[in-house]
Amino acid sequence: MSSRDAILSSIRANLPKAERLLPAVPKFEDNPPADLIEAFGNSLTRMGGRLLDPDPAGGAMAPVRALLEHSRLVCSSTSEIKGDLDLATVVDPRALADVDHALVRASCGVAETGSILLTDQDLKVNALAYLAQHLIVLLDPVDIVVNMHSAYVRPEFRERRYAVFHSGPSATADIEGVLILGAQGVRSLSVLLVPRNAAEHAEADL
Amino acid sequence: MTRGTQGDRPDNAKPEPQPRGARHKGNRPINQAEAAERFLAAPRHQQQHDTRLWTLRQRRDDQMWAMPEWEEMRSLASAIKEHTLSHLDTYLEMFEANAKANGVVVHWAKDAAEHNRIVLDVLALHGAKTLIKSKSMLTEECGLRADLAKAGVEVVETDLGERIQQLDDEDPSHVVVPAVHKLRTDVAKVFAATIGSDPDNDDPPYLAGAQRDATRPLILNAGAGMTGANFLVAETGAVVVCTNEGNADLCANIPDLHIVSVGIEKLVPRTEDLAIFVRMLSRSALGSPITQYTSHFRGPRKGGEMHVVLVDNGRSERLGMEEFWTSLKCIRCGACMNTCPVYRRSGGLSYGATYSGPIGLIIDPTFNARKYSNLPFASTLNGSCTNVCPVKINIHEQIYAWRKVLVRQHETPFVKRAAMKAAGALFSRPAVYRAAIEQTNEALASLPRFAIYNGLNAWGKRREMPHPPAETFHQWYTKNRGGKQ
Repeated sequence: MSSRDAILSSIRANLPKAERLLPAVPKFEDNPPADLIEAFGNSLTRMGGRLLDPDPAGGAMAPVRALLEHSRLVCSSTSEIKGDLDLATVVDPRALADVDHALVRASCGVAETGSILLTDQDLKVNALAYLAQHLIVLLDPVDIVVNMHSAYVRPEFRERRYAVFHSGPSATADIEGVLILGAQGVRSLSVLLVPRNAAEHAEADL
Repeated sequence: MTRGTQGDRPDNAKPEPQPRGARHKGNRPINQAEAAERFLAAPRHQQQHDTRLWTLRQRRDDQMWAMPEWEEMRSLASAIKEHTLSHLDTYLEMFEANAKANGVVVHWAKDAAEHNRIVLDVLALHGAKTLIKSKSMLTEECGLRADLAKAGVEVVETDLGERIQQLDDEDPSHVVVPAVHKLRTDVAKVFAATIGSDPDNDDPPYLAGAQRDATRPLILNAGAGMTGANFLVAETGAVVVCTNEGNADLCANIPDLHIVSVGIEKLVPRTEDLAIFVRMLSRSALGSPITQYTSHFRGPRKGGEMHVVLVDNGRSERLGMEEFWTSLKCIRCGACMNTCPVYRRSGGLSYGATYSGPIGLIIDPTFNARKYSNLPFASTLNGSCTNVCPVKINIHEQIYAWRKVLVRQHETPFVKRAAMKAAGALFSRPAVYRAAIEQTNEALASLPRFAIYNGLNAWGKRREMPHPPAETFHQWYTKNRGGKQ
């Protein structure tokens, strides 16, 4: 008998007798926050992330450009900013080892936890979001959902091979509980709220 | 939150040596109490451990109170897990079919040895000589690192706490915070000896930075990556991993080969079920709303390979244990450990087993009833573990049930059996019981200390016996309500 069949037959011989029904899971959306954007920003800050302030005078992408001013190597998977490295040419993820700032657009945000959802399609190379020292995320405010229940209804979890919630930068408190941002992954996570099509012409003025 | 070292320790105070865990003597019962004595004898370690874990418990409470649906979520989590476990064969087959359709190679391992063999075979097929790993209690349970080392494969743990433990050649002492029993001075000593950090610098950000810098090249040069899994989704074939450091996503997304080791009990039926568990996992564990990373791997990257090893190792047998099968609902959040007064004061390594704390007490005897026969007695049965469990495992009741099983199987020491037998005789005869209580109260009031606080009275260790009342309740009742019985 193969191990597979041995395990399955052992399970069948030992299954608990009483029937237990699978419950329906409610959405728990009865009392959504009055302002989703504000709730998202507060949650993101609690997780160690940062919501960038808009700069109406400088243009939609000005807050991001300010962060990139002294960056040695920028890599972007967004159409808004070009960056120094073309992700389409990257075959080996190790080629991203020296990236300072990575830029990516999120599929959605979650107000409850301040999380942003990134997929393999958003990232183009998954490792981008971990090898870079700093991660900058563009998020369309209309893509913010109330909580994890509404987030898990989204199609990415059935369609994408890789989908990940980032909630703040990488962090550890493994030594005496002292919180340290920048464990093995990015040292900072900044989110800029910018609609998907509003910044179409931003690259022209870079 | 970052604190410097100056204020915490007087310059002239020498670092307190780290107390080590339980002593293993072949298959002989682990003496948890003996190891706990040594932990208690190291006050700085004991206090830091107790305070740190109680802080986590309080943060968990804050999260709980902020969520009106918390109790409803616990009931749902428990119901989803019990349903899944009572249809485990069906959901495993569903997961396998969907994962295969996504291009994942699915393996089945009956026990630890088969698991390690499968991993070695997959690594050999790829010529991988180094493996970067994120934290996994299952690979601890299987003794994977030792087996891979024998075969010449270098394993690098990439989680900070787990790496500290690996470099110190010590097991993790907690399922979520593996090095929580260590002080910064211990970590500085380990890192100075292994990764060449400054032996005189025990500042946590410095130590974490040193480990990050030392680990990054190992990640970039690894031949394969391995993660555990917090959940498997049957309807999509997805593997879900919850971490804070970003190391699991590095392990999975840089080498071409990603191996997932996972116990068969980690299944949930639907994607929507994840919302329940993800909302509760980190709130219960660390008191944070969610882990920094919640990653869903549904298939290999382009040009890469993804393998999932489904491991039984005693789980299917436990499913058939009427009193104990619900322990398989456990999502390894560690909340029961953080709240347990015994665990907080004795350290996870005192249990001498892969799983420590309350959940360990009810899981470990299923692996080895003799070696872990003392563990179910390392509890006051206060029930706090049951109250904080996000999936409603009746942990303290199972601890008590294990005591009965082990006594029946004569896996308990003679002194404990004799004491229990005497207590049983006492409790079954009311008149004798009342006389004994009166005598005990008199004895407690009049006996010299050495007669009460000695090795034979475990309840007199490290605490004062209660002050005996002037009269027993029965004496008071007879005097005040006499004749109305």
